[in-house]
Amino acid sequence: MIASASQVSGSIAQGDPPPAIELRGIDKRFGEVHANRNVDLRVAAGTIHGIVGENGAGKSTLMSILYGFYEADAGEIRINGRPLQIRSANDALQAGIGMVHQHFMLVDTFSVLENVMLGAESGAVLSRSKTLARRELERLEQDYGLRVDPDAVVEELPVGEQQRAEILKSLYRGAEILILDEPTGVLTPQESDQLFEILRSLKERGVTILLITHKLREIMDLTDFVSVMRQGEIVAHRRTSETDQKELAELMVGRSIEQHDVNRSHTPGEAVLAVKNVSMRDAKGVTRVDDVSFEVRAGEIVGIAGVAGNGQTELLELLSGIRPLDSGSFHANGRQVTPQNPCSPKDMRRLHVNHVPEDRHRLGLVMPFLASESSILGYQDRGRINKGLALDYPLIIKDCAEMMRVFDVRPVDPMLRSSNFSGGNQQKIVLAREMDKEPTLLLVGQPTRGVDVGAIEFIHGQLLSMRDRGCAILLVSVELDEILALSDRILVMFEGRIVGDVAGAGADKKQLGLLMANASPDAAESEAVS
Amino acid sequence: MAESYTFVLLTLDAALRVATPLVLCAMAGLLSERSGIIDISLEGKLLAGAFVAGTVAAVTGSAWLALLTAMVATALLSLLHGFACITHRGNQVVSGLAINIMVSGLTVVLGIAWFARGGQTPSLQAAARFMPIEFPLAETLRAVPVLGPIYTEVLSGHNLLVYVALAAVPFVYWVVYKTRFGLRLRAVGENPQAVDTAGISVTGLRYRGVLMCGLLCGIAGAYLSIAQNASFVREMSAGQGYIALAAMIFGKWRPLPALGACLMFGLLDAIAIRLQGVEIEGFGEVPVQLIQALPYIMTVVLLAGFIGKAVAPKAIGIPYVKER
Amino acid sequence: MKASHVSVPAWVTIGVVPVVNIAMALFLSGLIILLIGENPIDAVQLIFIGAFGYDEAIGYTLYYTTNFIFTGLAVAIAFHAMLFNIGGEGQAYIGGLGIGLAILAFDHTLPFWLMLPIMLSAGALFGAAWAFIPAWAQAYRGSHIVITTIMFNFIASALMVYLLVNVLVEPGNMSPETREFLPSGHLPFMHEVFAWFGIAITKSPLNISIFWALICCVLLWFYIWRTRWGYALRTVGHSERAAVYAGIRPQRVIVITMCISGALAGFVGINELAGVQHRLLLNFTAGYGFTGIAVSLMGRNHPLGIVLASLLFGILYQGGAELAFEMPKISREMVVTIQGLVILFSGALAYMSEPWVARAYTFVALGLTQQRAGEA
Repeated sequence: MIASASQVSGSIAQGDPPPAIELRGIDKRFGEVHANRNVDLRVAAGTIHGIVGENGAGKSTLMSILYGFYEADAGEIRINGRPLQIRSANDALQAGIGMVHQHFMLVDTFSVLENVMLGAESGAVLSRSKTLARRELERLEQDYGLRVDPDAVVEELPVGEQQRAEILKSLYRGAEILILDEPTGVLTPQESDQLFEILRSLKERGVTILLITHKLREIMDLTDFVSVMRQGEIVAHRRTSETDQKELAELMVGRSIEQHDVNRSHTPGEAVLAVKNVSMRDAKGVTRVDDVSFEVRAGEIVGIAGVAGNGQTELLELLSGIRPLDSGSFHANGRQVTPQNPCSPKDMRRLHVNHVPEDRHRLGLVMPFLASESSILGYQDRGRINKGLALDYPLIIKDCAEMMRVFDVRPVDPMLRSSNFSGGNQQKIVLAREMDKEPTLLLVGQPTRGVDVGAIEFIHGQLLSMRDRGCAILLVSVELDEILALSDRILVMFEGRIVGDVAGAGADKKQLGLLMANASPDAAESEAVS
Repeated sequence: MAESYTFVLLTLDAALRVATPLVLCAMAGLLSERSGIIDISLEGKLLAGAFVAGTVAAVTGSAWLALLTAMVATALLSLLHGFACITHRGNQVVSGLAINIMVSGLTVVLGIAWFARGGQTPSLQAAARFMPIEFPLAETLRAVPVLGPIYTEVLSGHNLLVYVALAAVPFVYWVVYKTRFGLRLRAVGENPQAVDTAGISVTGLRYRGVLMCGLLCGIAGAYLSIAQNASFVREMSAGQGYIALAAMIFGKWRPLPALGACLMFGLLDAIAIRLQGVEIEGFGEVPVQLIQALPYIMTVVLLAGFIGKAVAPKAIGIPYVKER
Repeated sequence: MKASHVSVPAWVTIGVVPVVNIAMALFLSGLIILLIGENPIDAVQLIFIGAFGYDEAIGYTLYYTTNFIFTGLAVAIAFHAMLFNIGGEGQAYIGGLGIGLAILAFDHTLPFWLMLPIMLSAGALFGAAWAFIPAWAQAYRGSHIVITTIMFNFIASALMVYLLVNVLVEPGNMSPETREFLPSGHLPFMHEVFAWFGIAITKSPLNISIFWALICCVLLWFYIWRTRWGYALRTVGHSERAAVYAGIRPQRVIVITMCISGALAGFVGINELAGVQHRLLLNFTAGYGFTGIAVSLMGRNHPLGIVLASLLFGILYQGGAELAFEMPKISREMVVTIQGLVILFSGALAYMSEPWVARAYTFVALGLTQQRAGEA
């Protein structure tokens, strides 16, 4: 047993402590999706280890396996050299693993103290637990400089402090291994800096930290080692000091930079959409779209690249009238939209601005509806399909069948429930509905997510021919290849802002990867020059 | 002056009697709803408890046995609610309504089948009931000005279950705010995922919440049929379970404000009875029905956010599904 | 061979599961009758004889059915928008108030054919008004429609007691009732209608409002499944976000839907007051609003299912009355118990039997394929 362990951990010298975390051959499938393929990972105790990768590379799945949310189909987990079965959060906590989730697992109406105690109380009556917890929090504060008012109510705290409470929760439970899943996604730059301070001091005290992120700058700033994931696999391990952002970006997106011999549009027409200094805050007051300006002209595809959650979704919903904007204005097909003069989704459709939403399950289709019913979503009030008081179902069904034939939806059955079509065919129904109306501006979000390869090609072809017919298309995608394959111009969004604007022809994948990961400006610039 | 003082005291005394089942049911509802399970079946459980207590007391002549069986019966109903809502993730409102309607029918059906008195259970002897308890020196202290009558008229002379109800409030307060169980119960009603990731069973907590709810409803039911009255009468809960629900909401899911709401609603009822047919100068007769409807009207107004805001536990009504 | 190799077809989940659920409810009801010491099979026989045995009984059965169709439809349309209207009882009560007031105001002056539309509008308007406030509070103030509609049932009840005792009561009448409506405010009984055609049937409370109930079924079906407003309503019910994307305003849909729901409940007064009682009185709704919930759940929120479920409850109500007469140990409230059990099994525990049925289906299907394979 011991012999075999030392054999495998070959690179670690004899007498060294075993790695804090060791994953061997972890494999996990969700139906068709192979989320983790034979993943090996070794994290040395007392280090900060980063895991980078694009959306959907399998980082979160891997961490969920480590934390007991999912069980791996195959493979082994060893913590401090001991093989362990981690089947629940409880097992993970027992093994000294704490996790700081992207969405905090805090009870908003509780104080920090109560949150920290929850599940780790020291007796049936709270008063003693509270005294002990308070003392322990004071100790943690002294040791790590983690300052949070224990009596503050969580929902009244700024996000950065909520996150500190989440970290405290893990430490209070004696976690020696801390997993942080995209911890800076919700933080301001200042808060991020504070977090890094905390993580460094945790490391000094011997805590092992596993940091999942897509921001390369954080990896360079903070980590000792870094592993790169791509398509469910770990494709590289590096000592951080021996690599750079350029190499990591390349590893993340894959070396294969194929030539995209797409017929780029050379004769874009008038600006159909002109966005000026648009900003938007969400319900919590966090700025999601930050002072964005750009134009889309007739007969061109403008692609917006970026890692998911950087404001692209909100931007599309704003332009389609679903969300109101807080400041700035935009001009679409001659209509000026401002915070004082908002527009509804209905108005936008009337202006020939159509929207293929990212989330076809909840927005684009009504799953329990028949395909024919879903095929009029948003157009249910049109005179063409209303005969007197009633919807003209024979016509709707005929139209739907026609659309299905044109867009190669299988099966061509307008009476089948929307939920019974495959992902690709569902997406084609949405695209067919929105493109069929010959819009002058088409807003498209994630047109090929969860869609099979054949359908991807078809959808891309449809978008290009739409453009050639003079439609202005704004395309949001987290798939860089898709952006590169279709766009005449590429904008990169990061934290609600547009941080890059490059021509589609000859755009460089590495450079875009750096922009998306908000790599330091020099790295991006030097790349752009080279 | 002395006469109106006595009038006030007697009204308070009556209010306390009316408020007792409300207090018990409101505390019961609070324990369930704080765990995230809506309970509109307080009404049904109250009625079931009253029927079982009335029946067992009539058959065995033991008030204590009656109380115990009533609590068991209502606990079983609560477990049924839990089985539907927690285990099978059924709609909590539908389940509660089903229990209310079922109990409303079954108590009459069984009452008539067993006792053949039009749904009433036989009248109980004093030994089979919880009788008023006179506090020591109650009669002697009556003479003490101002405070004496309060002691004699309002505080003394209730049956045991009235005092149990009053004791239930600090007890529930203690459980909810001062114990480990209470901390977890409140957490599971707000954010079950946080509880799950902390390694605690969401299902187990919620079942315990509804179970305690059932036990308290049983006491309330027994109060109706073997303490306040001397037999079970069909539909004797008469909407008090719903008033308790309103009081709990009015108290914003907190024990002490809920107690306040129960006492206020009880007082309204006592006043309504006393004002029946009374002319008030310059105003005419006070519509008693208006006073009786006030608890409901006030709850609607409160829920619409016009007087403060009643914020329910965040996860209430939503079955917990472990995220995949 | 693993069970997952057989996929369960839709007709099993849509067709068999509800039947199994109702069977469980009825089975438990039978157990209760056994517990009382009577024979459940005899009881079922008595119920059917009581409900269909003679033409007066059929009249009574259909008269109850009429009420259940109205309240069942009221609950169903709200369900389609994901709203739970527990307030059918109060809306029916206040709808009846509107009908009563309209008749009392005009029955001296107007003929029946003018009274009819006035009655219907008054019932619809008052019922809708009583549903409007909870709907508005839910849509624009965020209060929970279930709680508000429960409260409104009680408020309606208190209001009606006040009005009937203090305001509307006929002077000199000992019970809180209005004066009797004049004939121009009466709906023709069915036995009268039959008499016009020279057919003699026994007197029963059944009146022409059953036709209005059936018309409402068709209208509601048309509204929900054939108009753009019904389309909007169903979209809101399935996904509010999809509705917003489609340019539908969910708040408005909620308010409109609840008003229609309240109006439908209000029509109970047409049957009860203009049809049978011919005066406004207390408690004429008699729990029909709550039965509507059982009816709607059992009828799967579809007008056709609601008609069938209403008929079943009509049978139970009328047959139950006969049963109580023949078997004194069983009281009429047995029907209420059954109603509760139906709501429990086809509502709250609707999904409990699904895996069992699926397993049973798989077992049978596998058995058949293996048998066939064996034969081949």
